[in-house]
Amino acid sequence: MDIYEPFQQVSMWGDSFKVEGGLNSIASPMLLVNTSMENKSEFIPHEPRDSSGADQETTNKDDSKVLRRLAQNREAARKSRLRKKAYVQQLETSRLKLMQLEIEIGRARKQGMYTGNALDTSFMGSSETINPGVVAFEIEYGNWVEEQHRWNEELRNAFQTNASEVQLHLVVQSVLNHYSDLFRMKADAAKADVLYLISGVWKTSLERLFLWIGGSRPSQLLNLILPQLEPLTDQQIASINKLRLSSQQAEDALSQGLDKLQQSLVQDMAVDPLTAANHGFQMAIALEKFEGLEGFVSQADHLRQQTLIHMSRILSTHQAARGLLALGEYFHRLRTLCSLWTSRPCDSIMSPKITP
Amino acid sequence: MNQESVMHYQVDPWNYYMMRVRRRRMEEEDEMERVMRIVSESAVVIFSSSSCCMCHAMKSLFCGMGVNTMVHELDQDSKGKQMEKTLMRLLATNSTTLPVVFIGGKLVGSMDTLLAFHVNGSLVPLLKQAGALWL
Repeated sequence: MDIYEPFQQVSMWGDSFKVEGGLNSIASPMLLVNTSMENKSEFIPHEPRDSSGADQETTNKDDSKVLRRLAQNREAARKSRLRKKAYVQQLETSRLKLMQLEIEIGRARKQGMYTGNALDTSFMGSSETINPGVVAFEIEYGNWVEEQHRWNEELRNAFQTNASEVQLHLVVQSVLNHYSDLFRMKADAAKADVLYLISGVWKTSLERLFLWIGGSRPSQLLNLILPQLEPLTDQQIASINKLRLSSQQAEDALSQGLDKLQQSLVQDMAVDPLTAANHGFQMAIALEKFEGLEGFVSQADHLRQQTLIHMSRILSTHQAARGLLALGEYFHRLRTLCSLWTSRPCDSIMSPKITP
Repeated sequence: MNQESVMHYQVDPWNYYMMRVRRRRMEEEDEMERVMRIVSESAVVIFSSSSCCMCHAMKSLFCGMGVNTMVHELDQDSKGKQMEKTLMRLLATNSTTLPVVFIGGKLVGSMDTLLAFHVNGSLVPLLKQAGALWL
C-alpha cells in the first residue's frame, strides 16, 4: 500500500513525470521517495520560472515548503487509511454480533410459547451488558417447562393404567421435586437480577396477567385445583379452608410490605429542585432497597413452596396426583391460549369496521 | 494506672485476655437477660426497624389476624445495635435478621419461619395458647 503512495503524490505534481504501473511493485518506498524528491527538485524550476528564476536560495526554500507539504499529505493519508481500517473492523464485528443474535432469536422462537417476550431488548441490552445469570435462567426455564409437560404425561399415564399407590406416590414426589427445582432456579435468577425476575418477562404474556411478586398467587391456585379433588373428607375440607385463609393473609401482608418498599423508593427518587446535586447519595440508598426486593421475592416463593408441600400432606396420594395434574394442565392451557392469541392474524385487527 | 495495666499486660497476657473475655460474656448475658425480660412482657413481641419493609409486612400479618403485638423499633433504641447482635446470636446467623418475633416468651424466628408456621396451621394454636388470639 505504502509503495503506491509517493507515486500518487508525484503524479499530482506534474504531467511530465508519468510513471508506468510496473515500476510500483518492485521499487521500495524509500527508493521511490528519493526518486520523487529528486524529480521534484528538477521540477520546481519549471513552475515558478516567472518569479525567482534559477536563484539557489529561493529554490531551497521552495524545496522545504514542498517537502513539508508532501510529508503532511503523507501523514494525513496514512491516518485516513488507519481510520478506514478501524471502521471496517468495527463493521465486521457488528456483522458477527448480528448473526449471533439472529441465531439466538431463531432458537428462542422455536421454544416459542415458553419464552414469549423474554428477548425484550431492555434485558438483553448490548453484548457488554448481557447478564449470564439471566441467560442461564432463560435456558433452564425453557427446559423446565418441557419437562413439566413430560410429567403431566406421566401423571395421565399413571391414571389411565391404574398404577399402584406406590408408583403414584413416586410420581407425585418427583413432580414436587420438579417444582422445588423451579424455586431454586428462581432464587439464583433473583440474585442475578431481581427486577428481571419480579417483572415476569420470562413467563408468557397471559401468565403475566396473574402475576404476583414474580409468580402465581398460592390462594388462586388452591381455588383452581379444589374442584378436582372431590370427594374430600370433612377434616380435609376444614384443613384446606384454613390453608386458603393463611395463604391469603400471608399474601396480603407481603403485598403491603412491598407497597411500602415502592413508596420508600419513590421518596428516595424524589428530586428537590433546589438541591439538584448530590443525587449520587440518593442512588446509593435506592440501590440498597433492591436487596429488600430480593427478600420479598424469596418470601413469596417460600410461601408458594410451603403451600404446595402442606397441600400434598393434607391430601391422599391419589388426590395429590389429581391436583398436580390439574395444576400442570392449567399452566399448559394458559401457554397454549397465549400462543393462539399472539399468532392471531393481524388482518382481523387492521381492517376497519364499517358502521352503518 | 496506665503503666500498671501495661506492666500487667507484659507480665501476664493470658490473665488479661481471660479478664476481657469474662467481661464480654457478662455483657452478653446481661443483654440476653434484657431481651428475655422484654419478650416475656407481651404475648407477641416483634423486634423491628422502622425503615425495614419486611418488618412492616410482619406487622401487617398480625394486624390482619386481629392480633395485638408489642413492637420494638431497634433503630430508635439506644441499645438497639447490641440487641440486634443478641438476636443474631439467638438465631445462629451472621446476617441481619430483622424482623424477629417471639410468641409467649419463646423465640419463633424470622419471617420465613413465621410464614411456614402459618401455612402448616401451627401459628393459630400457638397464638391462642399465648393468649394473643381468642376464638
